[in-house]
Order: sequence, then structure tokens, then C-alpha cells
Amino acid sequence: MPSHPLRGAAAIVGLGITPQGKVYGNSAIGFAADAVRLALDDAGLGRDDVDGLLLNPGLTWNDMGMGSFQLQQALGLRDLTLTATMNLGGATAGAMIQHATQAIAAGLCRTVVCVFSDAPLKPPSPKTGKQSSGAAYQFSRGWEGAHGFFGVNAMYALIAKRHMHRYGTTQDDFGRIAVAQRAWANRNPAAQLHDRPLTLDDYQRSRWIVEPFHLFDCCLVSNGGLAVVVTAADRACDAAKPPVWILGMGQGHPGGDPAETLTSGAPLASRTALPMAGIEIADVDVLALYDCYTFTVLVTLEDYGFCAKGEGGPFVRERVTGPDGGLALNTGGGQLSSFYMWGLTPVSEAVIQLRGAGGARQVAKHDVALVSGNGGLLSTHSTLVLGREAA
Amino acid sequence: MSEAAAKPIPEVTPEMAPFWAAAKERRLVVQRCAACGHLRFPARAVCSACWSREAEWAPVCGRGEVFSVVVMHQAADPAFAALAPYAVAVVALEEGVHLLSGIVDCGAHDVSIGMAVEVAFEPRGPELLLPVFRPVRPSGAAR
Repeated sequence: MPSHPLRGAAAIVGLGITPQGKVYGNSAIGFAADAVRLALDDAGLGRDDVDGLLLNPGLTWNDMGMGSFQLQQALGLRDLTLTATMNLGGATAGAMIQHATQAIAAGLCRTVVCVFSDAPLKPPSPKTGKQSSGAAYQFSRGWEGAHGFFGVNAMYALIAKRHMHRYGTTQDDFGRIAVAQRAWANRNPAAQLHDRPLTLDDYQRSRWIVEPFHLFDCCLVSNGGLAVVVTAADRACDAAKPPVWILGMGQGHPGGDPAETLTSGAPLASRTALPMAGIEIADVDVLALYDCYTFTVLVTLEDYGFCAKGEGGPFVRERVTGPDGGLALNTGGGQLSSFYMWGLTPVSEAVIQLRGAGGARQVAKHDVALVSGNGGLLSTHSTLVLGREAA
Repeated sequence: MSEAAAKPIPEVTPEMAPFWAAAKERRLVVQRCAACGHLRFPARAVCSACWSREAEWAPVCGRGEVFSVVVMHQAADPAFAALAPYAVAVVALEEGVHLLSGIVDCGAHDVSIGMAVEVAFEPRGPELLLPVFRPVRPSGAAR
């Protein structure tokens, strides 16, 4: 079978991660600019090499229309031939990299920077000493607010509760995912919760946010920026760091009611991505799965076929997914324990592992990585297959 | 009930005005596609089944079961924050349509998936009655 034209057409050659978490004194656009600079430095490229700029704006970009143009102007980038502000929630990172690869393969541009940034955390108030993430209040005039139903946590909790009801998934199953990812984060000095060990007892004792979600079922909130540089195959070979090849990509947006289907877009997205990469799921060494919640990881494992539908609970009970287990899953700690840069968090960890730059958390076999992105309520999904070798 | 008065008063949008008018008369209605009969809630501009833009408001029986439920422990609204923990459910009406609703007259942790519930009406501000759901009592006590 001839190779797919997008397979190996481009590679990730630069990764830029700003300080993450409770980092104050910078704005969303400032974090984005910092991340782009760091990513280009990492790639050994300069601003004149960039002819494409894709932006996934975080929540605090809300008032800034045409965000990618605003960022272009802030950075003084000239003569771009590709730009877009994209938002599929957590699936955007994979979609940006897909869009970049398609444009590069079509000869429309050569080097595209894909960036996410956000600055939702405000410094502690001198009055209360409390952190504010400017909790979304916008539902309060609508039907949901009238019933005291607020926020995405609660929306996912409704779906998770159905999964528990239908398949017998337990609270401990969610907890095991939180504990495993924290153990990885404890080996990642860049993780926000690097210094905070977590046991299953700690998990069970942590406060409820909205049952069935404890605090540690929910992703972190982070200020920061993250960017990757995607460039054409011929240029990738000259990059400063070993290229991370983009071997397969796909999207899946199932529609319907996720509380009924209990299924993400992964089956659909992987149907495109895995054959393009020429791999089976068993060939994957490094798994970087989108983890807005522990529950999302469990469902995504099912949907990529690591176990049958509904058996995510028994799977994480039997398969240890932490550093001492057999499955290299969210090895940086993920968004539950490292930092919340939406879909670029798992992309960044896959790049680090494939480069062999994981330090204390580096996994021994790191040839092929699977990256998932998930947005909305299991509404949007992107899959990337990344590899150390182009062929 | 002062607590209830402090809860958020929903905005009566033009699309939802017939719903609120019916609720004031203690009737629960949902939107029904005039072309294919597909039921939906809340109001939407187009039928997702047949794409018709014609719709009407149709009475439903007000009985159903809990499809899913969560227990809220924190709330953006101060009145609800003071009530936490409390249960919010997706109710599957007998007619098949799903509604998000608070569950009243029941402990937050006593609400379970599959539980039979029926509509009740909670005053919300001087003008509105908000449909909420409560467990069906075995005796079938009048509402």
C-alpha cells in the first residue's frame, strides 16, 4: 500500500513552554509571544523562517477578535501565508498541527508555529487571600443557573455518573488514574504538583467539587503559553533538535448526546490516523491522552481499544499506568498534575518523550507516540501519531 | 421562602416566553417540531431531526425518571453555594425528552439513577414559577 501523502510530510522541530501555573504579571498575548520565542529558539529558527501562525486562544483571549493576527502584530511577523484562530476546545492542538501539515504538504507554507496561551489565574486578593480563576458566571441567567448547575465540571460529572451506572465504574477507578498521573508528575520538575505525592486515600479524602468528581479528578488551571514549530520534511532534517515526525492525524466529532453514548470522537479520529501512520494501537510506546478529567482518560482508553467499551474501570484496576507499570500514559503528569495548556499539554509530553528528553520520567521505548485531544463534552476529538523515524 | 427568592431568576427570552407562561399555570411544556413531531428542550431555532424551523409548545405529563445525577458542592451563585451539597439531575420524561433540573424534597445523596420523579413548581422571584422535580411519592400525594 502506498504511503499516505501526509505521512512524514512535516515534523515538530521546536517546543516552547513558558513557566506554568500561578505565574502572574503576564497576559495571554504575552505568554503566547514568550512561547513562540522559546519554540523558535528550541528549533534553532528565527522569526524570518516563520510563514504560518495558528492560535488556539484560551479563555482570557475572549475580547480579542482575530487573535492570530493580534499575535502576528505583537511579534512583528511579516509575510505570513497561513494563519487562523482555531477553537475546537481541547482538540484544537491536534487540529492545528493537522492544518499546518496539510498546508505544508500542499506547498502553501513551510514553517508554522502553533500556539496556545491563557492567563485565567489572578494573584491572591489581599482581602481574602483566595485565588480567583474568575469563575464563569454566565450561566446564571439561563436554565442551568436557575437550577444551581454551574460549569464544565458538573457537565462532565453527569456523563461520568452514567458511566458508573451503566458499566460499574467505581470512584477508585477514577482515583487510580489521578494517583498514577501524580506519580509521573513527581518525576517531572516542570509539573505544578511535582512536590505533592498523592495516594488513593489522599484522593478519597480530597474535597468534592461535584460528585462523582473529587478535586483531583479535575484538571489544573494554569497561566502560561505553549508553542510548537511544525516544518516541512526537508527543513526538519536540518533542525537543531531531532525532529518528531508527524505520521498520522485524524479528527472525530460524533455529535449527539455524550451522556447517552459515553463515547468520545476517538474511534472516528483513529480510523483515519492509525492507518495513515501505518500502525496498530499495540505499536504505540507513549500515550498522551487528553485529561480534562480522570474520567476522560478512562473513556479515551476504551475508545482507542485498549480495552472493550465499558471496561475502562477494570483496565485501570489491573494495568498500572504509573511509572512502575506497563503503560506509559501521561508521563509528565498530564493536565491533572502538570499544567493545563489544553491540547498542547499532551503534544508537549509526546515530543519530550520521543526526543528522549524526559529525564527521570523518560520511558525506555519511545519510538511512537499517540496523542489525543478532546473538546466540549466528548464533542470534538483529534488524534496525532508522532514518531522518531520518518519512514 | 427567602432562600428561594435569592436564587437566580431566569431571564425570560422571547423563544422561551411560552414555556414560562405555561409554567405559571403549573403546566410543563416542551418544544415540538411542527413538521416531524420531534421533542426538544430548551427552545431551539431549528429541528435537529428534520431541519424544520416551525415549532409549537406541547404539554408533557411531567413524570419521568432520573437519567443522571450529580451532587453540587460548590456553586458560582451565593444562594446555591449556601445550599450545597444539593442534587441536580437530568430527567428523562416519559415522552423521551431530557431536562436538566434540581431535585427537591429529597436528600442530595438519596437521588439515584432510575428514580421516578414528577414535576413541581418553585416560585422564583415575583413573576415566575420554575419547574423542578421531586421523587414520586408511593401514596401519589397531590402536588
